[in-house]
Amino acid sequence: MNEQLALLPGYLDAHLQLSLLALSAGIGLSVPLGIAASRRPKLEAVVLGTASVIQTIPGLALLAIMVPVLAAAGVYTARFGIPLHGIGMAPALVALSLYSLLPILRNTVSGLHSVDPDLLEAARGVGMTQRQRLWRVELPLALPILVAGIRTAAVWTVGMATLSTPVGATSLGNFIFSGLQTRNDDAILVGCVAAAALALLLDQLIQLVEAGTRRRSRARVWGGLVPLLALYLYAAGSALAAARDDAPAPVVIGAKAFTEQYVLADIVAGRIAETSHAATRIVSSLGSTVAFDALAAGDIDLYVDYSGTLWVTILKRTSLPERNEVIHEIREYLEHNYGIQVVCALGFENRYALAMRGAEARRLSLHDLSELIPLAPRLSIGADYEFFQRPEWPALVKRYGLHFRSQRSMDPALMYQALAQGEVDVISAFSTDGRIASYDLQLLDDDRRAIPPYDALLLAGPRIVAQRPDVLRGLRGLAGAIDAVQMQRMNLAVDGGGETPAQVARTFLRQRARSSATQQDAGGARILSP
Amino acid sequence: MIEVDAVEKTFGHVAAVSDLSFRVEAGELLVLVGASGCGKTTTLKMINRLITPSSGRVRIDGRDAADRPGHELRRDIGYCFQGVGLFPHMTVSENVAITPSLLGWPKAKIDRRVDELLELVELAPARYRARDPRDLSGGQRQRVGLARALAARPRIVLLDEPFGALDPLSRDRLQRSFQRIRRDLNLTCVFVTHDMAEALLLGDHVAVLREGRLVQLGEPGELLRDPADDSVRELLATPQRHAEWLEHLLAGAERGDP
Repeated sequence: MNEQLALLPGYLDAHLQLSLLALSAGIGLSVPLGIAASRRPKLEAVVLGTASVIQTIPGLALLAIMVPVLAAAGVYTARFGIPLHGIGMAPALVALSLYSLLPILRNTVSGLHSVDPDLLEAARGVGMTQRQRLWRVELPLALPILVAGIRTAAVWTVGMATLSTPVGATSLGNFIFSGLQTRNDDAILVGCVAAAALALLLDQLIQLVEAGTRRRSRARVWGGLVPLLALYLYAAGSALAAARDDAPAPVVIGAKAFTEQYVLADIVAGRIAETSHAATRIVSSLGSTVAFDALAAGDIDLYVDYSGTLWVTILKRTSLPERNEVIHEIREYLEHNYGIQVVCALGFENRYALAMRGAEARRLSLHDLSELIPLAPRLSIGADYEFFQRPEWPALVKRYGLHFRSQRSMDPALMYQALAQGEVDVISAFSTDGRIASYDLQLLDDDRRAIPPYDALLLAGPRIVAQRPDVLRGLRGLAGAIDAVQMQRMNLAVDGGGETPAQVARTFLRQRARSSATQQDAGGARILSP
Repeated sequence: MIEVDAVEKTFGHVAAVSDLSFRVEAGELLVLVGASGCGKTTTLKMINRLITPSSGRVRIDGRDAADRPGHELRRDIGYCFQGVGLFPHMTVSENVAITPSLLGWPKAKIDRRVDELLELVELAPARYRARDPRDLSGGQRQRVGLARALAARPRIVLLDEPFGALDPLSRDRLQRSFQRIRRDLNLTCVFVTHDMAEALLLGDHVAVLREGRLVQLGEPGELLRDPADDSVRELLATPQRHAEWLEHLLAGAERGDP
């Protein structure tokens, strides 16, 4: 729990920046738009209709859509010297702002419509101009309804900001996403409680300001306004401090949203600290395709991907040459097309492999996929969200003629449990997952070689290749450093042993330093100290 | 001086006011009377252009009202609304102070003026200044409405049933003080009411409207003596009957009859 609480200030700060900025943008956009719409029925229909449509898009999807949209827009804005990143704060900010539009717009419009027409006539009668009527009569009278909309938007924005972790924006969602993947209930708890507390706090402060204006109580207005302003200043201050930071930009390490990736990112960060003392930052829980795009765009500098994934999704290849041949071709292709360097292969493979409950496999004496073919029509298969969309699945179906009774997509963290508890009969396991051993699962051999090799490759983006050769030199020491059994053990330590990825990474690096020091001692030279 | 010259107002295909002309001299009070929907309020609102006439002209002191921006015109003309129209989010004094503040008066001058007016409409300033309009009785609200109309020292005041919600005693008192104020300040007033007694007692002239047209315009005595038609006679019948009745009662009381 203490380890999680140590992360709280940073995540909370980022979360606050994101929600307050998005909320401000939402208010700045929807209040004027709502005022204009309330005066023109046609515009009102269009504006409210559009905002409602945006609202129907699920939050996570809206965030995901923003990544390619902003990446495309970034190509355009770059011509005017405005950098726009498809990963990180920008897509989250845009999506959250859009999400906050509807409640504020709708309440601005209905608040203005609720003002008694007799009072509007009285306002004209005493000699107010249109603008004076708006500021002195309409807005003050519409305020309670308008503010109710802002409060709804504030709560939604804070809540939805937790979903911005997969697009690379740090938030309290980092607790929740990594906690779900690594089965760390403390992390999930800290993330949820902090987000709920922040939402309630904002809601209450805004409400206090509104009640204060309504009841002409200065104490209330300031009582709400001062903490709100303090929060704003704090968020703006830390954003500015980050922007002005003269220290060299940290090396940004990406991680996809599963345990192994968290552990590897921490190992890479630890290794950099040992060898080149460069500052590092980990952006975790990235969506799978988001990670590669982020590397190519320079939003992250390093991450680990798997040769088979790159082979089919980036190189779009279907042939299956031998393991080293694949790595070789990937190396050339990425270098040539993206300026991305394959720093090293870490030594293990994490391949997609179909798994069954061990007891059942033994009873049926199943060892490979060919033997599964006749049984498949009676079995159900579960897989992570990507698997059925990936080229490996049709390749498997085609090569073996596999047909299952039913197929279900589920969260990779829950997939193993679902198999162990008999909810499905076969899953698309990852071969290094620690739960294969702990749940006594049996991997079925891909005897007809439908699935490509999945060597873990450490990739480096163009920026770091050009600017930090020293960092890359240090990282090459990780070549072949981890074998599949070791990876399985480390994954299990997190998923089943209650350790954090950072702890597991530290243990790995310490053991490695000790063993290499011993070797160095034997050779008479002591270069690395533990 | 207010001149209404061949003014017409149609809403869609319905004529609310047709071919209406009259003139109110400086310092004079004209009462508009007539049945509900006869166009009294529409006429009043066309004078300060809360409603724009479909055709015809309104001149204020010889100047075409359409030549000035509407809000400027309205700051120079006091208006007492039928529904009072006090702003619920402002205090009594803020309501009264609106037009002076729009005109940019200094704050001290506004504060003095507000107190002066509250006294004029018989609301003790110290007690009522900071009150919420929602906490006042209907009659008190009408008084604040009157004070608001007079706040910026207008020379013209338009009043739409300003004393409708008052009890008879306060109504009488306020009618008298209003009469005094308007004489003192030489205000030019147009006053809408459906209370004929009030019309006859307050008006220098009375205009009777029916279905948007002027039926008769004259001094109260003229109307009583020589009503233009049966409808005018009928309107005047009730106050006349009440007056005769009272006279009869008073005479009886003097003779000591039971």
